[in-house]
Amino acid sequence: MNKTQGPNQRIVLHEGPGSAPLSSEERYRTISALLDSGFEVTRPSRGWEAARDDGSTILILENTELKAEAAVAAAREARDRSGARQLGEWKPWFPVIDYDRCTNCMQCLTFCLFDVYGVDENQKIQVQHQSNCKTDCPACSRVCPEVAILFPKYKNGPINGDAVRQDDVRREAMKVDISALLGGDLYASLRNRTQEARKRFSTERDESRALLERKRCLKELGKDLDIPPEVLMSLPSVEDIHERAERAKAKLAARQARSQTVRDARPAPTETEWGI
Amino acid sequence: MAAPRILFCHCAYAKVVPPEVKQEVLRRLCESGAGFDAVPDLCDMSARKDPALKRIAESGAVRIAACYPRAVKWLFHAAGMPLPAEGVEILNMRTQSADEVSRDLLEKS
Ligand code: SF4
Ligand code: SF4
Repeated sequence: MNKTQGPNQRIVLHEGPGSAPLSSEERYRTISALLDSGFEVTRPSRGWEAARDDGSTILILENTELKAEAAVAAAREARDRSGARQLGEWKPWFPVIDYDRCTNCMQCLTFCLFDVYGVDENQKIQVQHQSNCKTDCPACSRVCPEVAILFPKYKNGPINGDAVRQDDVRREAMKVDISALLGGDLYASLRNRTQEARKRFSTERDESRALLERKRCLKELGKDLDIPPEVLMSLPSVEDIHERAERAKAKLAARQARSQTVRDARPAPTETEWGI
Repeated sequence: MAAPRILFCHCAYAKVVPPEVKQEVLRRLCESGAGFDAVPDLCDMSARKDPALKRIAESGAVRIAACYPRAVKWLFHAAGMPLPAEGVEILNMRTQSADEVSRDLLEKS
């Protein structure tokens, strides 16, 4: 099972007729323990509607099972029986798009090296592979010119979902982005770099200099964009990025051809709009 | 009329919601006579497109204790289960005090 799949086990704490109600402290301990172990908990009560049954796996706990340790043990047993999902090893870290702001410019899709983004059947940008996202790396939110990419678990606003202020928009308009850091268009610059590097390798064979330059560049990038070192370490090589740019270009050509075939009312993005 | 439903997010996988705020809010919910739903982590549920989000989004008025409203709104949307435009109140445990959040959650409408 993939880390972004599978239902959770839902637990209903029944304290109604026929059960022994808990003290509020016991109730708090029980619910906290269940949440810490990854269970969804419903506490129904007269006059307060809890969310209705949706056919997911439900365990109703009452009487003695309501005490924290016993409740967690019973919930675990039910989860093992039903095959519901375990509390994941995956920290749910992934981009979320604010479509009130997004202009579908595709910069994020072109930028992300891990195929987190894709498009739906209407060519609208989507986050498609959340679990491919590199934990604690907010880099793609920095390339979005509209401040439309959120990481709810990020420390600072507006990336964490805090209101977008005029200053944020102005800052983004100046685009402290990867391409600026690399001096212009990212892929063009990487292409040049590859060519320069090849030239250099063939003439001077100065591989260590190229490596040093790449390291320096990545260090700068990490500092400016708050990209964790382990993510930088796992970035593909310049050659891989170059290949990716070529693939993106081919995809774009296919898209443009397709959109002409279906006479899509919206113009297909241009190369500049895609940033390649 | 029934009070709006209550959803509490435990934000289990990160420390972005101050632990003392979320613990206190949960404690107050447990002390009250209110019924509520509590989920380990809304972000995780959104990534999994958990059907529970649909149940919540489609069941009418709801008060949600989690984090920034913009984040919560688009997390539901990302799961393909957008929250309704009306009747949703999102309380932010990252910036509001436990007092404010519990008062607004438990206030009878
Ligand atoms: S970079 Fe921002 S505005 Fe452009 S498609 Fe991605 S989310 Fe939308
Ligand atoms: S929705 Fe907000 S409070 Fe809930 S898990 Fe995500 S970041 Fe944490």
